[in-house]
Amino acid sequence: MDVYLPIAELSLSVFVLFGLGAGIGIITGVFGLGGGFLMTPLLIFMGVPAGVAVASSANQLVGASLSGVMGYWRRGSVDFKMGLIMLLGGLAGSALGVWLFTLLKRIGQIELAISVLYVLVLGTLGALMIIESTRALLRHRRPGVVRRKLHQHNWMHGLPLKTRFRRSKLYISALLPTTLGLVVGVLSGILGIGGGFMLVPAMIYILGMPTAMVPGTSLFQIIFVAANVTFLQAYSNQTVDAVLALLLLIGGVLGAQIGTRFGPRLRGDQLRFLLALLLLAVAAKLSFDLTVRPASLYAVTIALG
Amino acid sequence: MSAALSRWRACPYCAAALLWLALAAGPAHGAAVLADLSSHIIAIGGGFTGDSVVLFGSTDGPGDIIAVVRGPERGVTVWRKGKVAGIWVNAQSVTFDSVPSYYAVVASRPVEQLVQPEAAALYKIGPANLKLTPVSPVPPDRARLFAEALIEQQQRAGLFAADIGKVNFLGERLFRATLSFPANVPTGTYLVQVFLVRDGDVVSGQTTPLVVSKVGVDAAIFDLAIREPAAYGAIAIVTAVVAGWLASLPFRGV
Repeated sequence: MDVYLPIAELSLSVFVLFGLGAGIGIITGVFGLGGGFLMTPLLIFMGVPAGVAVASSANQLVGASLSGVMGYWRRGSVDFKMGLIMLLGGLAGSALGVWLFTLLKRIGQIELAISVLYVLVLGTLGALMIIESTRALLRHRRPGVVRRKLHQHNWMHGLPLKTRFRRSKLYISALLPTTLGLVVGVLSGILGIGGGFMLVPAMIYILGMPTAMVPGTSLFQIIFVAANVTFLQAYSNQTVDAVLALLLLIGGVLGAQIGTRFGPRLRGDQLRFLLALLLLAVAAKLSFDLTVRPASLYAVTIALG
Repeated sequence: MSAALSRWRACPYCAAALLWLALAAGPAHGAAVLADLSSHIIAIGGGFTGDSVVLFGSTDGPGDIIAVVRGPERGVTVWRKGKVAGIWVNAQSVTFDSVPSYYAVVASRPVEQLVQPEAAALYKIGPANLKLTPVSPVPPDRARLFAEALIEQQQRAGLFAADIGKVNFLGERLFRATLSFPANVPTGTYLVQVFLVRDGDVVSGQTTPLVVSKVGVDAAIFDLAIREPAAYGAIAIVTAVVAGWLASLPFRGV
């Protein structure tokens, strides 16, 4: 059964879209990663124009993060103050990202920029996960846990605008979460991802937040950053396909619930190794498409204005 | 008004346009050719896989018929990829003004046998006669190369169709042709120009409009996204919020 996507202007199978949403939802549930970094490239492989893939991913992310944050909220593991301060940077960063997107689109380089950024993001993430999961797999054989300090003091603690975050039991400069939000926000605006895979480690290792508070707080601010990207993309590029986003979202939320239930029963390090391979495969396919001589050297786009 | 005037003055085909107006306005009684379409609307709804309309009409005597179908004109940029640091990127571009979004020719005999090249050029019969002009000045060689690439790309996409049907005569005076449009037919107001050809020259013509438009929910969504982008963006966000919340309800307390 095919459904016509009014903005992408093509028909895709409902089941394929549900399946894609559910598959990424399961990954989200199992690993606690947003999975947006897989959603956009897979949509592009299916023939959805890159701009529409990015904007619609951001749209579905609004609902996916909201449904994800509920559980953390009920358990009290969302640091709203931290989330709101990160959001200051996140909103500015995502607005900058969408502006860059529009600029790149006008000079005909947006598809290239999206591909290159994805190769970098997926390649780095995949490589890091391979290293990390290999270490974890090896550690499995040699028991003995290495403890690390709760957090270390360094130059970042000398920054101004020190703020107390009660929930996270932190007293750090507000500039740190704002900058983090800003940097990840730019990527959200261009790539349509939440950036959880960057936010989560940065919040743990750079901000020094307690691990339990991290996923909820990161999801909380992603809701608003994704909403900002959706609005600005719809406003300046008219590339948000709400029908596509809705189908992906329904599959995604169901998949995430399945993933959350079965995740703990599976062996994490082996799964992470497999996910890392998947990320590297997507990055390899994208870089192959960039370097191989295209079937036609010419491409036609509708001029603006 | 002044914009319209300058555009008119800038139009290098004024002669053709004027002649065309004269032909179209033509003799009030007993026009040499009369034509109409079985339907003036192509509705694109969910599951649209293309559609066809029948062009039919009569002539006042022997002759051949050429029909040119033109979609609404728009500016188009043609990019040429080049290899930069091992990656294929859009390197050069030429932007053309007033490129028909759809273009097709049907005729009762192969066009090149019917009209002399001058007439074909004057009435823009055949993609090669579209006289695509770059918006900003570029070397003629390059303009020609990019224009050819544009036509080739549009042909590959099925938007410049060399042959979408044939004009068949029923006897000497009645003709009909089935015009088939692909699933990716661009929306807008089309013009179907019907030319009566005798002895290698166009002797009469008639123009009839054809509207290609999206209908139904898809059309409403598309329209809203283009016309009210802010409202559409807000609705997209609210929809995602509600859907995300509803979809998580059954799992509450898990």
